[in-house]
Parts: sequence; structure tokens; C-alpha cells
Amino acid sequence: MKKKIVKRAACTFLAAAISCVPVGCSNESESDEVKVGLLHSLTGSMAISEVSVRDAELLAIEEINAAGGVLGKQIVAVQEDGASDPSTFATKAEKLIDSDEVVTVFGCWTSASRKAVKQIFEDYDNLLWYPVQYEGMEASSNIMYMGAAPNQQIVPAIEYLIDQGYENFFLLGSDYVFPRTANMIITAQLEAAGCNVVGEEYAAMDQTEFSAIISKIEEAQPDVIINTLNGTGNVSFFKQMDERNITADDIMTMSFSIAEEEVAAIGADILQGHMVSWNYYQTTETEENTKFVEAYKAKFGEDRVTSDPAEAAYIAVYMWAAACEKAGSFDVDAVKEAAAGLSFEAPEGTVTINGENQHLAKTVRIGQISEDGLIYEIYATDAPVEPDPYLTTYQWAVDAGIQPLE
Amino acid sequence: MNEIIMTLFNGLSASSIILLTSLGLAITFGLMRVINMAHGEFIMVGAYTTYMIHNIFAAYLPSEIFDLYYILAIPAAFAITFLLGILLEKFVISKLYGREIDSLLATWGISLIFQQAARSIFGSQGVLVQSPSFLSGGLSLGSVVISYNRLFILALVGVCLFLVWFIMYRSNFGAQMRATMQNRAMAQCLGINSRKVDSITFGIGSGLAGIAGCSVALLGSVDSTLGQNYIVNSFMSVVLGGVGKLLGTFISSNIIGFSSIFVENYTSSSIAKAIVLVIVIIFLQKRPQGLFVIRSRALDE
Repeated sequence: MKKKIVKRAACTFLAAAISCVPVGCSNESESDEVKVGLLHSLTGSMAISEVSVRDAELLAIEEINAAGGVLGKQIVAVQEDGASDPSTFATKAEKLIDSDEVVTVFGCWTSASRKAVKQIFEDYDNLLWYPVQYEGMEASSNIMYMGAAPNQQIVPAIEYLIDQGYENFFLLGSDYVFPRTANMIITAQLEAAGCNVVGEEYAAMDQTEFSAIISKIEEAQPDVIINTLNGTGNVSFFKQMDERNITADDIMTMSFSIAEEEVAAIGADILQGHMVSWNYYQTTETEENTKFVEAYKAKFGEDRVTSDPAEAAYIAVYMWAAACEKAGSFDVDAVKEAAAGLSFEAPEGTVTINGENQHLAKTVRIGQISEDGLIYEIYATDAPVEPDPYLTTYQWAVDAGIQPLE
Repeated sequence: MNEIIMTLFNGLSASSIILLTSLGLAITFGLMRVINMAHGEFIMVGAYTTYMIHNIFAAYLPSEIFDLYYILAIPAAFAITFLLGILLEKFVISKLYGREIDSLLATWGISLIFQQAARSIFGSQGVLVQSPSFLSGGLSLGSVVISYNRLFILALVGVCLFLVWFIMYRSNFGAQMRATMQNRAMAQCLGINSRKVDSITFGIGSGLAGIAGCSVALLGSVDSTLGQNYIVNSFMSVVLGGVGKLLGTFISSNIIGFSSIFVENYTSSSIAKAIVLVIVIIFLQKRPQGLFVIRSRALDE
């Protein structure tokens, strides 16, 4: 790997040297622009979710540029398409860092794509700002986790359901690392609480036929389905549940990957009454959120909605800019050091970067989907919850010996 | 008991969707031997046509007749993909007859163009087609719920199958078509305009993909990669059925549909996928020609 990097560096140097000859070298540090990478799936099954995240990042960049930029430099976004394919993410990440020479990257959605690029960010010592809730069990020093760790989304949601008297749980997810790890955590938590897992099913990312899975659910007769499907699978699943006349009154679902954006794509009439768990909703009542929603709609259209990942991506750009200002440089190590303990008044309320694991302390909110396509809060924690990606403060998780799936 | 009925219906419904998506391919690939990688994109075009008509009805016409959009969408999807098919045949495929690998590459390129065009026009986000009210929900028979939409797809497949059979085996054009595909030189000697026959045959195959797109639009999200989700099963069922035989495609769609639902009932969906592939591979090793073989007197076949 080292050798490869050296070789590649040599190539880039040569290429740069050659291209410099006719135009004359422009020194990077003297230009009044700074390049950042945006790496999301703009095509494929994940595009349904990731495009809005990319849009939120563009909005934040535009706002920061309008206010004078970072350290006096205008931010230039270099966009790449990960095409819903982890290996494409890896190639594009390397391209962004190596040939575009971006100072940092905002990107990824699925854990599969994050894990695919993690090694690259560590090898090149660059920094990735990851905007989505995920399964935890990770704390790379080259990634800033802007979404919820399991103890800020999954664990409180299951606690809430147990409090509400739900006993029989059915676990349904897409077949990749997030749903599998999430379900491992949920199973341990439910066992400790004396509840039952009556079934566990995984669907391929591009699966369109859910009739067999729905039959299995009907047979298992759960009180609630814990849904960790991602991307277009959700549309097929809920449409086909509707075909069988199954509504939230018959079987409740709790979803961890359905935000406002997905509600619009699946149809609010099908989803109404179902529950979700996030840290932010478009309806969250803060002054910052009113401004954020207004700006988002003004830029991308009245019919667009904001969502938790979009909000997390939006604050990622702001936090990076704030960390750079505090550090006085774009250097990765200096930015990381400055970021530790940094607070920001986000649309979801105050968030603070935890210096140890580079996650955010966030408020947890359980929401219910309403007919109008928006999600309304039905429960929230009193204060931001400290991130605990390895669940070391939960006795049942320690007892179950939960290990990361690699 | 309920469980068995539900499984059987699920299998039947999965088979009917596979059959609907592969019927067009059975004609373009099965009969004409054109490996059309853009077949899945014709399905996508059909689905987007449904979406367009859905939107036009929602925006400009009174809500009482909104449900009729779907009735109009089916012939419209057929017409548009039929025309696209004819254009594709005229300008690309007709230049590549007898060069299967080249036509594979060319049509694959075209499928990428179609996908990108869909992204540029409709965006990369999936769009939603609302089921007409007469197809939403399901029919309750005791504790078994049978979805109206899937019943409709079954009926639609039946009608398409009958029409294709009628055109191929009972009409004058069908006779010309089969003659051209079996022995082109002889057919030309008998005064058949083989260029025209090729064109229309390819158009019909593509049009059927459009109709399939119309019905899968109600099952999930419509986006630029929609066709890709169906193309593998379609090719598999045509190859398994024996290239060139309608009955073969019918039976093999049922084999693939039922076996994937049955296996999935006892295992998981990813294992079901793998097992179905293994079944197909083993079967094709024993019978490389597929279930049915056309008897031909041509020496080179």
C-alpha cells in the first residue's frame, strides 16, 4: 500500500509538473479558494436518500461562502458519484484526495460505503465527515460522525417501545452491515428486557419482491416491526404491505432509515401512523431550524423537505468551517484538535463534538409520520445524549459481548 | 392451510411478474437472437410513461376520473416503447445482425444512455406512482389477503400471452415472422419484406417491456435503475426456457418464480437467490438448449 501511494504521488507530481509548464504554476496556498469533496450516491438505489444530503451540503457551502468563506477563502465543492456501490466509493474517495487534493470530504450514507473508504482516509490522513446515523462499533480518528450512534437512536427507540408495552419484535433489514449490527444490538437489548424476537429477515439492497417476507411477518404475528431497510427497498416493502391491507393499526413499525425525504417517495397515506427515531425532524421547533428549512426550500423548491441526515450534513460543513477558523488552518490534525469539544447551535438544538470518539452529543426524538408527509415528535430526551459508539455504558451490551462486524 | 394458499399465490404472482418482464425478451432475444441489453430500460420507460400520465391526470383532469390514468397508461406505454424499439432496430440493431457480441455492446451502451436520460429528465430520486383506487389494497378471503394489483398483473399477463400467441401462431404476420426468423433467405425468396418484419417484431418485443414497466411501477419506486432489477431474471427465464419458444419461457418463469418463493419461505431471500441460480446452472449444464428446442432443418444450427 505504501509503495502504491509513493508511486501514485510520483505520478501526480509528474502530471502536475507537466501541466504546469505552459500555464505557469499556481501555488495552492496562495489561491483564494479551498477545495472540499462531496462524495454521495447520485445514482443507484441509494440516490433516493443521498441526493438531499448532498443538497444540504451545497446549501451550507453557499451560505458560508456568502458570509466570506473559511479563513478568507471561498469553498469550492468537487462532487463525485459513489453510484450506490462501495468499491466505486473507494475509487472516488482516492480520486478526490489524491488528484483533486481536497482538504476534507463530506460523504457516504451506507455503512458499507463508509467502511469501504475508511482505510483510504486513514492511509492518506484525510478527514471524512459522515452525516448519517449508523450502527456504532467504530471510532476512526479520520472520520467525524455527525449522525447518531446506536445509543442516540436505536437503543432509546427500543427502550421507548418496551415502555409502551410492545413485547414481540420482528427485525427486518437490508442485507449489509448496519442492519445486521443494529439487529445484534437490538436482540441483546430485548433479551435483557425479557422481550421476544419473533423473526429476523434481510432483503437484498435491490430487492423488489417482498411477498414472501410479508407472509413470514403475518405468520410470526409481531406487535412491532423494527425496520432497518435502506433505499428503494422501503418503497417496495411498504407498498406491498399496503397491498395486503396491513396498516400501522395492524402492525406498528419503527424505522431507522425513513426520514421526511423517504416519506415523500413512499407516500404519506401508506406510512401514516408508523414510528421513526431520529435526532431531528423538519417540524423540530428551534429558531435555527426555521431558518434552515426556509433556506433549503428557497434554494431547492417549496416541495422539498429537510431530514435528519440532511441536517447532519448541513451542520457537518458548518462544524468543519468553525474548526478550521479555530485552528487557523486546513491541516487535518489541527482541525481535529480544534474540533474536540466544539459546540454548534444546530437546527436540532445544541450539538457538541466529543473529542474522544469524534461523535456528536445529540437529543433523541421519537416521531410519528402524519398524513401531511411530515413527522411529528411524540417523545424526546430532556438533554443531548452523550455518544457511546461501543455501548460500554450499557450493562446488557457489555454482558452480550457485542463486537463489530467487519 | 392459509399459509399454503398464500405461498402458492405469492409464487404465482412472482412468476407472473417474471413472465411479464421476459415476454418481450422472449421475442427479441428468443426469436430474433438479438441480445438486447436495453430491454430493462424499455421496462423503465414504460414505468416512467405511467408516471407521466399519472401526473398529467393529477394536475389537469378532475379527480373523479383520476383512476382512469392507469387504463390509458398501458396502451401509451406500449406505444412509446414500440416506437422506441422500432427506432433502435432501424438505426442500431439492423446494422449488427449476425454480430451478437457487437449488438450486446451497442445495446448495453444504449441502456446506459437511457438511464442517464431518465436521470437528467426525472432526477435520480425515485418517483412515486399512486395505485388507482380499484387496484389498491387487497381482497380478503378469510385470513388470506390477495392483492388486487397482483391479480391485475396475473390477468394482464394472461391477455399479453394470448395476444402474443395469437399474433405469432394465428395471424398472417406471425407466419411471416416465424418464416423470416427460421429461414431468412427462403422467406425473402417468397416475397416477404424481411426488413419490415424485423422492425415490427422488435417493436412488439419492446412494447411488451413497456407494458411490464406499467405494472411494476405500482409495486415499488420508479427510478432510472428500475430495469436493472428485472433484467437478470428475464434473461434467465428466456435462456432456461429454451431460446425461441414461448411455452418454454412460460414454464421457466414459473420455475424461477415458484422456486424462489418456496426457497425463501424456508431460508432467506439472499439464499433463495443463490439457490435459484444454482438450479438454473445445473439445469443448463444438463440441457444447454434449455427446456424446449426448436427443431430445424438448417445444418448450421
